[in-house]
Amino acid sequence: MTKEHTATVGSIGRFMNRAQTDAVLNVCARLKSSAGALMPILHAIQSELGFVPHDAVPVVARELNLSIAEVHGVLSFYHYFRKEAGGRHVVHVCRAEACQSVGATAVEAHAKRTLGIDFHGTTRDGAIRLEPVYCLGNCALGPSIMIDDTLYGRVSTQRFDELMAGARAAGEA
Amino acid sequence: MSATRIHVPCDAAARSVGSDATARAILAEAKRRGVDVELVRNGSRGLLWLEPLVEVSTSAGRVAYGPVQAKDVEGLFAAGFTSGKPHSLALGLTEEIAYFKNQERLTFARVGLTDPISIQDYIDHDGFRGLKRALALEPAAIVTAVTASGLRGRGGAAFPAGIKWKTVLGTSADQKYVVCNADEGDSGTFSDRMVMEGDPFVLIEGMTIAGLATGATHGFIYLRWEYPDAHRALNAAISAAYAHHYLGDDIQGSGRRFDLEVRLGAGAYICGEETSLLESLEGKRGQIRYKPPLPAIQGLFGKPTVINNVITLASVPIILDKGAEYYQHFGMGRSRGTLPIQLAGNIKRGGLIEKAFGITLRELLYDYGGGSLSGRPIRAVQVGGPLGAYLPESQFDTKLDYEAFAEIKGMLGHGGIVVFDDSVDMAAQARYAMEFCAIESCGKCTPCRIGSTRGVEVIDRLIAGENPAKQATLLRDLCETMTYGSLCALGGLTPYPVLSAINHFPEDFAKPARTRVPA
Repeated sequence: MTKEHTATVGSIGRFMNRAQTDAVLNVCARLKSSAGALMPILHAIQSELGFVPHDAVPVVARELNLSIAEVHGVLSFYHYFRKEAGGRHVVHVCRAEACQSVGATAVEAHAKRTLGIDFHGTTRDGAIRLEPVYCLGNCALGPSIMIDDTLYGRVSTQRFDELMAGARAAGEA
Repeated sequence: MSATRIHVPCDAAARSVGSDATARAILAEAKRRGVDVELVRNGSRGLLWLEPLVEVSTSAGRVAYGPVQAKDVEGLFAAGFTSGKPHSLALGLTEEIAYFKNQERLTFARVGLTDPISIQDYIDHDGFRGLKRALALEPAAIVTAVTASGLRGRGGAAFPAGIKWKTVLGTSADQKYVVCNADEGDSGTFSDRMVMEGDPFVLIEGMTIAGLATGATHGFIYLRWEYPDAHRALNAAISAAYAHHYLGDDIQGSGRRFDLEVRLGAGAYICGEETSLLESLEGKRGQIRYKPPLPAIQGLFGKPTVINNVITLASVPIILDKGAEYYQHFGMGRSRGTLPIQLAGNIKRGGLIEKAFGITLRELLYDYGGGSLSGRPIRAVQVGGPLGAYLPESQFDTKLDYEAFAEIKGMLGHGGIVVFDDSVDMAAQARYAMEFCAIESCGKCTPCRIGSTRGVEVIDRLIAGENPAKQATLLRDLCETMTYGSLCALGGLTPYPVLSAINHFPEDFAKPARTRVPA
């Protein structure tokens, strides 16, 4: 990438650090030629940075020759894309009917209370970010949660506590 | 002496209850004892309450043990399970277990049997036979076979697959696409996931046949992000299919081309609606499109597009292999073939049951399912996902058939059955249906976008007992507006769970507010 190129990006993406800006540009360079590239690009940014920074939006827009509004519109439409940093582990708690029928509502309430956060929040130690999800496809073995990309079934409140302790320990190692 | 072959599922549901740890324990214990073991990570047989279900290959067949946790492994070895000996977790021959034996497995023939990402295993178990047939046929003959089989879209809308394909075949264009809808978002459903994780090649084969039938040369699988295991399995299988020339520019020396890739969704239920899915694939907000034009004429990037659900496409290879008549022979009325039914929620024996259309709910709930998990009476079941009706006990004799369900103002949808015991609060379920619609609405049409939010408010007032007769009238009026005024099934069908709850379980809406558990 040229010097001039980086300078322009730097002025737009002023709240992204250099490494984040480079990551966004690299993702765009790698994926932008494929048809319908925006979704794969947003996924790749989130997978590399843990979220899609606000200031990645104008960068992606320029790289794909889209308006900032178009990119913002897509980013904000999909529940999975996270717009803020936070949480070494993302915990998705299923709220859908099959899990409700075996006690998911109690697990959800327990999760919020014991972690001290609501959905979309991150614990004060930065270990856990809590998100709702509508079906993990494990409907015969609910209640289900997903920690990062690992699925857990038959999650009682006790098992939830054990899994959180495990995630915290894994995050510190 | 050759190694004992032991199967431990790699299916996400099995993994969610510890199959990875079980597999590791088996390898460690075998090593400690100096027993020669070949570990195969198969898909799941679908007997999910028995997961992790471990199978040992013996001369008599595969012997099942389950559920096997890591802590059970030492005792299993001590009891001689590597030669199929008895143990308290022993279940006998897997294929003799009634739950499995009484099924009619066509689409799921290989799921749980094979190593999902071994192309050789796939070929050894009748894989790619449908594709070989298709390569020898004219496109119109493939379409005729699919039409004659009576196969209807298994995603939920139940539109005849052959008609869609015929439209795409008959529309000329420089580029056509095959899109697989793998955005299985309905609660209570997991059959798409199980096929993609347990037999990904069958989907690849089905999509390739769809390409040959319609002249489409590029395929996309639109997969929900919630299925990372399926993502890995599909990518591994696609790579293997390219390496063995089952995908690419010269399929099996035929000179025919088909390319395939996986794209991920991002947590939008509405993207299971086909036009919204196409928008998302194009890199846009997943807002639905007006129809017409039909996707078969102007679909992905404006080109003619076959768009079908995973199970629909995965059912095509066996239709081509064994013939339309063979497939059509199963089922009842206008619902032909088999339906992979998913028994879920508060049920003792939850899992995947592939049966010909025509089985009753009662048989599924009690003969297969064994009643509720909690042991309490089953009070309601929701069939067909979050947009499906809640059915009371008096409707449990309904046969699983598209038309029979339409008659009772229900829908079969994608074949998911969610069971609730008598502790369920149906007013809370009705409220949730509206809340879900509000969260997931794409926002394009007013009845769905605003109606769902107003629906939550009206139900809240109804539950609180604020002039209930007036609220009930208002709610019915709102449901009518949503049913007839919404652009797609999300707003149009949300009234199903709401009205069925209020019609069949009116007592739950009249409880004094203070006895209610807060949501």
